Amino acid sequence: MGRPVIIFGNPVIEIQELYKYYGDRRAIGPLSTTIAQGEVVGLLGLNGAGKTTTLRVLACDLLPTSGSVRVAGFDVVERSDEVRAKVGYLPDRPPLYDDMSVREYLAYAARLRNVPSAQVNRRVAEVQELTELGDVAGQLIGSLSHGFKQRVGIAQAIVHGPELVVLDEPISGLDPVQIMEMRELVRGLRGAHTVVVSSHILTEISETCDRILVIDDGKIAWSGTEAELSATLKQGMRVTLTLRASGLSAKAAGEKASAALSGLEGVREIEVLEPNELGTGIASLRVTTTADVRETLTRSLVQAEVGVLQVSKEKELENMFLELLGEGEQPGRKRRKKKQADADAASHAGTATETNRERA
Amino acid sequence: MRALTIARRELYAYTRSPLGSAIIAAALLVDGILFYYASVDTKKLSAQLLAQFFYDSTAATMGAGLLLSMRLLAEERQSGTITLLNTAPIRDRDIVLGKFLSAFGMLTVMNLLTIYMPLMVYVRGKVSVGQIAVGYVGLTLFGAAVTAIGLFASSLARSQVVALIIGAVMVASLILLWVVARAVDPPFNTFFSGLALHHENYRPFMTGTLQFDRVAYYLTLTYFFLLAATKVLEARRWR
Repeated sequence: MGRPVIIFGNPVIEIQELYKYYGDRRAIGPLSTTIAQGEVVGLLGLNGAGKTTTLRVLACDLLPTSGSVRVAGFDVVERSDEVRAKVGYLPDRPPLYDDMSVREYLAYAARLRNVPSAQVNRRVAEVQELTELGDVAGQLIGSLSHGFKQRVGIAQAIVHGPELVVLDEPISGLDPVQIMEMRELVRGLRGAHTVVVSSHILTEISETCDRILVIDDGKIAWSGTEAELSATLKQGMRVTLTLRASGLSAKAAGEKASAALSGLEGVREIEVLEPNELGTGIASLRVTTTADVRETLTRSLVQAEVGVLQVSKEKELENMFLELLGEGEQPGRKRRKKKQADADAASHAGTATETNRERA
Repeated sequence: MRALTIARRELYAYTRSPLGSAIIAAALLVDGILFYYASVDTKKLSAQLLAQFFYDSTAATMGAGLLLSMRLLAEERQSGTITLLNTAPIRDRDIVLGKFLSAFGMLTVMNLLTIYMPLMVYVRGKVSVGQIAVGYVGLTLFGAAVTAIGLFASSLARSQVVALIIGAVMVASLILLWVVARAVDPPFNTFFSGLALHHENYRPFMTGTLQFDRVAYYLTLTYFFLLAATKVLEARRWR
């Protein structure tokens, strides 16, 4: 889609049989994967799937319970200093000091990461320009908007010119304009760095990454490009239709439209939804097809004297993702609730552990 | 070098927020009030007044040391900025050392600002420069130990208030060991009084007596708690 063709180099990340436990709870594992130099890889998963834990291990913020993790050829346990010098990490909550100006903070981050004193100012100026922070360089971080704070977070992650940049949910909490800008920023890292981005916002991964790693229950459930994922699952398309049949009730309008569409070539499943607009005779349908047959659907409905108010294609990646994780409609909700419950339980366990430590 | 980078950043934080100035101002006020009441008694010899000053100063030093150190690691954890330190190529011992140096530096500056009181005694009375110097050595060592304990407490807690409480309990327990020493029979009384943070170990400094075993005690205590804080940071990566 207009992206430059990049030939990826040697592996920057090599993970083999990685496990991480929080107490008795397995957060990730067994997890094995390889990421090549120059790749922009998206780590995709539901909340609590293990994305953040994986990224924290890569950044040496956490150490693995077992398994081998090598970054740029160095083991994260035995040679963590070397690994940390080669990794830039933006956690989901940027580690910013509100009482420092952007320039001071970036200079501090550069010094912490072994940038020679003589080069600190130059590096700070470069990353300020790259992340478009020049206009706010003298402002206190505490006075910046969320979008600018995220930019400062990315700037601190790349100020030392790391081989690997690890970004945990970089667009979290941003408005649409800021999301576009952040996307450009992440794309701008391509080539100079290997980038691993986590997100649960599915389209985000497809917009910015060369490859997707789907993580589920602490394991890599799938790895490949969006096109490969689509081909693997033989995914068709889901179309939502908003219709109007004059003089009929919503239910009757839905039934009439279903009758008009059923049996058409390419139509796999029709589901009547709650109408998404108010009005007499308005119905909504979700049609699952094996190919893009939107014209056929519209023609058939018009021939059946059903007015077509809206035809919208659902995001394919989202469908693929849910299908990959075996998420149906109701089971999906249940599963997400279970994940949330697990995450809550883990959070409580973590809090309890912290409290116990504080007591100790 | 990384420890100094961290120490500079912390000193910057103390000077930019009102907290550092407020703590120092309050401690100096307490010191001044205690010195005033000690000097009201005109029957005291100047050497006794000076000893009393160094005795009283430990209260302000203790309070300021705990207040300055409570935020060092707890605040970083609370705000998430500890991640910046954890993921930078710095050893945990350098993080702890940098943090310690900043709070200890502030505390030392605070103690040096009290110099006008011993100088008044020196000008108006008969005390030696040696007693003043040794008194400040003792106060500095005491401050280092309290700061190290406060830093260790700060490494255990996410909340600064909890860190302050933990630190205060530890310092109070170590001070009160002299009470334990009085309550037990030999040889345990010697053991406990030797461990007490203040009483037996601090008194020689007040009178201008520099004993190297007392110096070694405070240095060892400081090192022990800095090491403990380092181990807490290391352990967190494995949790």
